[in-house]
Amino acid sequence: MRELLTTLSAKLQSREISSVELTKEYIKAIEKENDTINAYVHTTFDYAMECAEKADKMLKEKNASPLCGIPMALKDNICSDGHLTTCCSKILKGFKPYYDSTVWSKLKNEGAVLLGKNNMDEFAMGSTSESSCYGAPKNPRNTAHVTGGSSGGGAAAVAANMAAYSWGSDTGGSIRQPASYCGVVGLKPTYGAVSRYGLIAYGSSLDQIGPITNSVRDAALVFDAIKGVDINDQTSVDYNYGNVTGALTGDIKGLKIGVAEEYFEGIDPQTKTSVEKAIEFYESNGAKLVPVKLPVLKDSLPVYYIIACAEASSNLGRYDGIRYGYRADNYEDIDDMIYKTRSDGFGKEVQHRIILGTYVLSSGYYDAYYKKACILRNDIIRKFNGVFDVCDVLIAPNAPTAAPTLGYSSKSTVEMYMSDICTVPVNIAGLPGISIPCGKDESGLPIGMQILGRKFDEKTVLNAAYFYEKNAERAFDEYEGGVNL
Amino acid sequence: MNYELVCGIETHIELATKTKIFCGCTTEFGGAPNTHCCPVCTGQPGSLPVLNRKVVEYAVRAGLAVNCTINNNSHMDRKNYVYPDLPKAYQISQFDEPVCENGYIELDSGKRIGITRIHIEEDAGKLVHESGTTYIDYNRGGVPLIEIVSEPDISSPEEAREYAEKLQLIMRYVGISDCKMQEGSMRCDVNLSLRPAGSTEFGTRTETKNINSLSNIVKAINREIERQEDILESGGRVVQATMRYDANTDDIYPMRTKENSDDYRYFPDPDILRFYIEPEFVERTKSELPELPSAKLRRYIDDMQLPETTARDIYKYRRVSEFLDSAVTEGASVKNAANMIIGGIYKTLETEEDKEKFDIKITPVQLAELVKLIDEKKINKNKGQEALSKMLESGKAVSEFIKAEDTEGLSEDELIRICRAAVDENPDAVNNIRAGKGKAINVIFGYVMRQTRGKADMGKVNKIISDIIG
Repeated sequence: MRELLTTLSAKLQSREISSVELTKEYIKAIEKENDTINAYVHTTFDYAMECAEKADKMLKEKNASPLCGIPMALKDNICSDGHLTTCCSKILKGFKPYYDSTVWSKLKNEGAVLLGKNNMDEFAMGSTSESSCYGAPKNPRNTAHVTGGSSGGGAAAVAANMAAYSWGSDTGGSIRQPASYCGVVGLKPTYGAVSRYGLIAYGSSLDQIGPITNSVRDAALVFDAIKGVDINDQTSVDYNYGNVTGALTGDIKGLKIGVAEEYFEGIDPQTKTSVEKAIEFYESNGAKLVPVKLPVLKDSLPVYYIIACAEASSNLGRYDGIRYGYRADNYEDIDDMIYKTRSDGFGKEVQHRIILGTYVLSSGYYDAYYKKACILRNDIIRKFNGVFDVCDVLIAPNAPTAAPTLGYSSKSTVEMYMSDICTVPVNIAGLPGISIPCGKDESGLPIGMQILGRKFDEKTVLNAAYFYEKNAERAFDEYEGGVNL
Repeated sequence: MNYELVCGIETHIELATKTKIFCGCTTEFGGAPNTHCCPVCTGQPGSLPVLNRKVVEYAVRAGLAVNCTINNNSHMDRKNYVYPDLPKAYQISQFDEPVCENGYIELDSGKRIGITRIHIEEDAGKLVHESGTTYIDYNRGGVPLIEIVSEPDISSPEEAREYAEKLQLIMRYVGISDCKMQEGSMRCDVNLSLRPAGSTEFGTRTETKNINSLSNIVKAINREIERQEDILESGGRVVQATMRYDANTDDIYPMRTKENSDDYRYFPDPDILRFYIEPEFVERTKSELPELPSAKLRRYIDDMQLPETTARDIYKYRRVSEFLDSAVTEGASVKNAANMIIGGIYKTLETEEDKEKFDIKITPVQLAELVKLIDEKKINKNKGQEALSKMLESGKAVSEFIKAEDTEGLSEDELIRICRAAVDENPDAVNNIRAGKGKAINVIFGYVMRQTRGKADMGKVNKIISDIIG
């Protein structure tokens, strides 16, 4: 199943299989597996068939995109015109945007086939996808375990072969961590590399759309298709990447890999060992290890929760029951309607974060929390810059453990927040990071590592990951269900 | 006790950009409800704002016109509050880095009213209450505004009016807004408090919102002064509140009291990058500013020797003053051109709004052609006015209505001859004049005018006639 996209693409381009046939396979797989995995919360099968027919026409022409005709999925917070996009929240019940996100609009033009929307934590707030109003998705590697989150449904869909790839969003690890739990590849691009237009905001200065795929090469391929500046997103950047996929060589001779011991503190021994082994594998193949210090990592969690929640408290103010989504049934006046709609429409975790965010922005507390967090954020950025002066990439674990069992998020909020420690620093600094499988624990659950790089240096990050995927021993067996081609 | 007024004005002005501040929707006034909208200006989930460069440029122009300094580094903030006409539950505005700061407007008395700041922001939608239901029209949502905040330097209702009027005229001159108070493209909120005369401490202030005409500024302030005076005189305490002035009943009443100040939880909008206004751009804008109203008025009075009332009647409409300036450039004398405008063109423009629009059929060149005939005494003013009204109706040049023979010179001898004839031919009129019936002279004038085809100068005719009949 490695390099699935390249394989499928070749079959489609050579007309060995049509997009319609392929799409039907995926629809069958979803119909069969989704009751168990719960990776999809909305399916768009009729639309998928339309897309597939269009793609088959495009494939008859020359120069069709490598993504043409390939069935994929979007996280339930990425808008597509006329399709349910609900952030897995009751408050957006029935919401169908009337415009396309830039990401979907680009993919559509390339002939991509949209199968549906993937399960996630409500408004992307969570690390297990258990705060979804549709119930948690289940980890295809072991359905007693969580998929991780917030892009848990997308990671599960890819891991269970219910989509050739999917799009998630990463605010504090929401692509990398579930990819790691489900044993697939997740790329969180540099902030600004991919347009956020049409991504329903959680923490605007941290949110970034990225792909979840079966392989590093697949990730590069889809990243190539959607990266770039967008006139609809002022924070997107016109960076001259060139072709990233074409630059994958797997050559890591002389690559300077930074290892920060702070990333390994409090990490489960099995995870720690797996990542350390991977690092050794790099070293034995010609990479140079550079020990670095990143004591600012301990600041990352509070900085992340203050900034993300502050922005969320403002971003989520618009869900008032007036224009779209859910509205409470019985109310006395408009204020009462808004109050009841929000109290009833938002889940506990979301309310938690709205209240936290409102608090840190309130006058009298702003300086002590929000302002201080912004100052610390700049400090973290500077420290990362310093680290990348002496190394090309950093390698670190994705999460303290492999996927915990379902019900984890209800145990302790703080413990759950703590599990984001490995992933949030990259979002705070706006850097690119990729998560790839690097082992399994004693129960056979995937363990992932992340490779982090300089701003807009996805090429180096992807190439380092590509080397490992190509050369290291595959950590676990392929999933047996889903589409098998 | 004698009280002293302390008053400042916050003015919202809708900018005349073609598109909204964060999207490509039209800013046109009116339109069927919710037709000038898109995902961005209705705050659809996932949409993002993109700052319209023109809005910053207009704000810079506004700031320079009222003597502000321009902050080269600026950014947008979110002002969070919940109201149905605000689809994102925050207004994108500016908090601590407004585009402009520290300006002033000089009143006729020479007193300066300080301008604290000018910032850019988006307008909200509009609630429409109809037969028990409330509808929301988001057409206005996202229309760019500047908010101009004055210092509390205003100390009388008349000063308040003059400040607002001057501000309006300046903004019209620099072309950033039509500033129509009735249509809401200029809205004034008056902050007002009283204190014992001579005191240096401020009293508790109220804010009177959305006053919709210049004269209502004076009325609303007077009402609010009376109200606060009554409270203070009876030993009461003014409560901080937002007031509404009702122009129909000339009454003022509180909309809501503000025991606690609102907490808008301002923070920098993460969706919009900080922006840098280049000093070169500021300099260029400064050098390209048109002549401002105060300078124009001074020029009309001091350099061009227009009577002050005439000068004011013209300078207060930007388009009229530009029209006059062009006609003068084309060779017309200021005095006659101004008289033709006020005595002729204004007759066809009944309302203030008509004059402001100044939508007429003739060009400054055409007016200049006409005025030059008067200047050179080839025709008299009456003849000129007659021709002007025909020109205004048809849009045709003066040559269509004044033939060559009309403009041939009329010698003094010829005029005396015709006047004699007039006296000879109209003995009854002459007797009536002698009997003191002043109006009888019109018969003589009419005769002379007919004979000279309107060319005669009535002043001269009057003198000749009195010489003849003694």
